[in-house]
Amino acid sequence: MGLLDKQFADNNIIITKVDDLLNWARLSSLWQIGFGLACCAIEMMATSASHYDFDRFGVIPRPSPRQSDVIIVSGTVTLKMAIRIKRLYEQMPDPKYVISMGSCSNCGGPYWEHGYHVLKGVDRIIPVDVYVPGCPPRPEALLEGLMKLQEKIRHESLVKKSA
Amino acid sequence: MTEKEIFEILKEKFCETIIEFVEAEAGENYIKVNPLEIDKVCSFLFIDNILQFDSLMNLSAVDDANGEKKTEEDGSFEYIGGTLSVFYHLESTDKRHKITLGTTVEKDKPDVVSVTDVWEHANWHEREAFDLLGINFLNHPDLRRILMPYDWDAGYPLRKDYKDPDYYQGMKVPY
Repeated sequence: MGLLDKQFADNNIIITKVDDLLNWARLSSLWQIGFGLACCAIEMMATSASHYDFDRFGVIPRPSPRQSDVIIVSGTVTLKMAIRIKRLYEQMPDPKYVISMGSCSNCGGPYWEHGYHVLKGVDRIIPVDVYVPGCPPRPEALLEGLMKLQEKIRHESLVKKSA
Repeated sequence: MTEKEIFEILKEKFCETIIEFVEAEAGENYIKVNPLEIDKVCSFLFIDNILQFDSLMNLSAVDDANGEKKTEEDGSFEYIGGTLSVFYHLESTDKRHKITLGTTVEKDKPDVVSVTDVWEHANWHEREAFDLLGINFLNHPDLRRILMPYDWDAGYPLRKDYKDPDYYQGMKVPY
């Protein structure tokens, strides 16, 4: 875990680095914004449900962008929706993370050529941390994507700007 | 009642407004109607006691792709002239008969009279046809885009010679 590997001193005091403590806190309760776009959202809901249980990673849907840490863009980003997604993202407090879920939000997916209404990749409007491929991705793939994001957060630093 | 019988009734009542009975090679036969009189025909179909077409099942439009095709050097093309068609799929829930009406307009002046006065639910169907193919429904109470953004100014996406704009509100559109 990184945090608890450090030594225990007397009186239940854990000695660790501020970076490690903050990163551990952040990655252990990533509240996602309760927001879904297309068929990927169904898989995302399945991931949240009891069988795959997103909550064991500390991920719960939060119906307000102002109280959420991660936005999972789950589905086709239409040009009309892109403006709203950008606004939601801007309303989220820092630190904030983005998971792009599925082919549509990665690069346009099946709409890449003739989708006159589709934004060809959500990374054209907001910075993406993790891309999850699939059409739609299985819940396991989304969990893998989340664990990649946790891995990324674990190596963040307060003083060093991460990529 | 068969399509032919309905056609005969309409032909007798409206004369030149009803253009012809088109026997389709594939798909449904339809009755071709003058686009500027279609509201009167529909109103009659709705009111008449024998016909009672109380339901507009679907209203669809299509680009006939029959203009003169002009290809540019870069492979893009556009159609000069050509026509658009609008189709009305009607059903009588009481009499259990169906009919398809069709109308054809020039692309340069795509004016069709709205049938929202006859069937209220034609409103959104016509807005869709306007949004995607640019058919101008006269007397429509609220003719604005329904699917594309309101400020979309790159044209009508389902026309055969539609070209993606490079940018929409600062977002790059092509792949």
